[in-house]
Amino acid sequence: MRARGRADGVGLFVYAIFYLAFLYVPVLFLPLFSFNNSTFISFPLSGFTTQWYVQMWADDEVQHALANSLKVGAAAALVSTMLGLPAAKALTRYRVPGGTVMLGFVNLPLFIPEIVLGISLLILLNTAAIPLSLITVVIGHVTVCVPFAITVLMSRMEGFDRSLEEASLDLGETGWMTFWRVTFPLVLPGIVSALLLTFMVSFDDFLIAYFLAGTQVTLPIYIWGQLRFPYKLPTVLALGALILLVSCILVIAAEWIRSLGVRGRRPVVGA
Amino acid sequence: MATTEADTEHQRVSKAGITAFLRRSESARGLALLGPTMVIMVLALAAPLGLLAAYSFWSQHGWTLDTHFTLDQYTRAFSRQSYRALFYRSLWISSIVTVVTVLLAYPMAYFVAFRVEKSKFIWLILLTIPFWTSYLLRVFAWKVILGYNGVINSGLMSLGLIHAPLEFLLYNPTAVVVTLAHAWAAFAILPIYVSLEKIDRSLLEAAADLGDGAVRRFLRITLPLSLPGVLGAAVLIFVPTTGDYVTPSLVGGSNGVMIANIIEVMFDKIGNWPLGAALAMASMAMVGIITLLSVQAIRLAVGKVK
Repeated sequence: MRARGRADGVGLFVYAIFYLAFLYVPVLFLPLFSFNNSTFISFPLSGFTTQWYVQMWADDEVQHALANSLKVGAAAALVSTMLGLPAAKALTRYRVPGGTVMLGFVNLPLFIPEIVLGISLLILLNTAAIPLSLITVVIGHVTVCVPFAITVLMSRMEGFDRSLEEASLDLGETGWMTFWRVTFPLVLPGIVSALLLTFMVSFDDFLIAYFLAGTQVTLPIYIWGQLRFPYKLPTVLALGALILLVSCILVIAAEWIRSLGVRGRRPVVGA
Repeated sequence: MATTEADTEHQRVSKAGITAFLRRSESARGLALLGPTMVIMVLALAAPLGLLAAYSFWSQHGWTLDTHFTLDQYTRAFSRQSYRALFYRSLWISSIVTVVTVLLAYPMAYFVAFRVEKSKFIWLILLTIPFWTSYLLRVFAWKVILGYNGVINSGLMSLGLIHAPLEFLLYNPTAVVVTLAHAWAAFAILPIYVSLEKIDRSLLEAAADLGDGAVRRFLRITLPLSLPGVLGAAVLIFVPTTGDYVTPSLVGGSNGVMIANIIEVMFDKIGNWPLGAALAMASMAMVGIITLLSVQAIRLAVGKVK
């Protein structure tokens, strides 16, 4: 039995390695060819170059699109995390009538194709005669980011000892001061993590921005536009490789920060 | 004596009153905290979806919108052969993608839940990174791989295994299935992992002590208990992939076009919003019905394994 279990373990481990390869190898071709000294994306590799990165960085359109994406991402992350924080507190700390129904409703964007979210907001904005701009993109992104913010924050709030808050209230602190001095420091890693992850969701989103940006261009919309021109592909690869690198760093940071203090040891309360 | 009794009675009453008040104020405070989020989500999610539904019952003549109730758009959406073919293909492609993705993810999630002990966190991070990174770029990677001069063709040619590029790799439904299965892989792992992790290990030990073999233990304990995660993963993949736009546009070619592509055309070039709205509503309704039916069917089937 034991030996059988170990044999299973080896088989599963090999499978897991293949699975990781399946997840990562296809994507790694982007950075690989972004350093290839040829406009054709094909083997054999012809030589090392960084010219695509130089070209990409010198492109005004790229810089403009990047600035737009950063603005939209920051705004969407801030708004959705600020909305997610009280909602997550209400859903984990209070018995709210209809709480599960509301949570289900808020999570709805996860189950609706992005194109439907995009066109329905487009219809609404059009009906209300609101012109399309980066602000309308932010509105669209907030709807998809809120479920992620709430999920991350709820998991953090469920993870720490509620009696700390009760102790503070028993000792005479007001609800607001308790939040500020006990809850907030404990939830802070969750907040930072939610900010980073919702930023990523917004920064990477193409389809909703495509419908709601009007004449504005975000980075994914720019990339989409370039895919039609084969000679532009190498610079798109360079841009894509950079985006992937930054995303990886942000995600690792977000997950690491989120896990601070919840793995095994008790959370440390800041003064 | 009498006064003290009255006092304690009074205290008891007021205490009950306070608890009732606290409970009421607890839900009131909860609702107040949820308020802003709900208002925003109603305005930015429910209202647009409601309007989309309304549009699907209206019609458009030239540039003017006719808001008289009509079922014309739905009649058109279901009666035209080309739309029917797109519905059918979208549902078919995303069904295959769902089954493939869940089957591939299950052993992976099982491995992390049951076999990894110390480095769980690292495995989970490795598996979630792709989930958060650019969907567009992950799909684009497959265009690079499957293309006429792409990684596979040029790789095989420079190895001398083929002499002309294989044309069947890109621009067909199979390319769409492969790309979607890769792009959505991470969505399947987490729900399955969470449900596996929750399983009480003593149940498995008990079954082993009572003489159940590994296969029976898996079929009678692990699989049924992880079913919520499997079904969650399946729904989380099936529902959005049916309406996927990026993948069919980039790797599908004319034979891999899906329903979202025609919806986009209705909202962009052709500019028939009511018909586009009807196509979107119809596809969501079909996806909803198929999802409910198959979730019920799978629950029944697994419930029967004894």
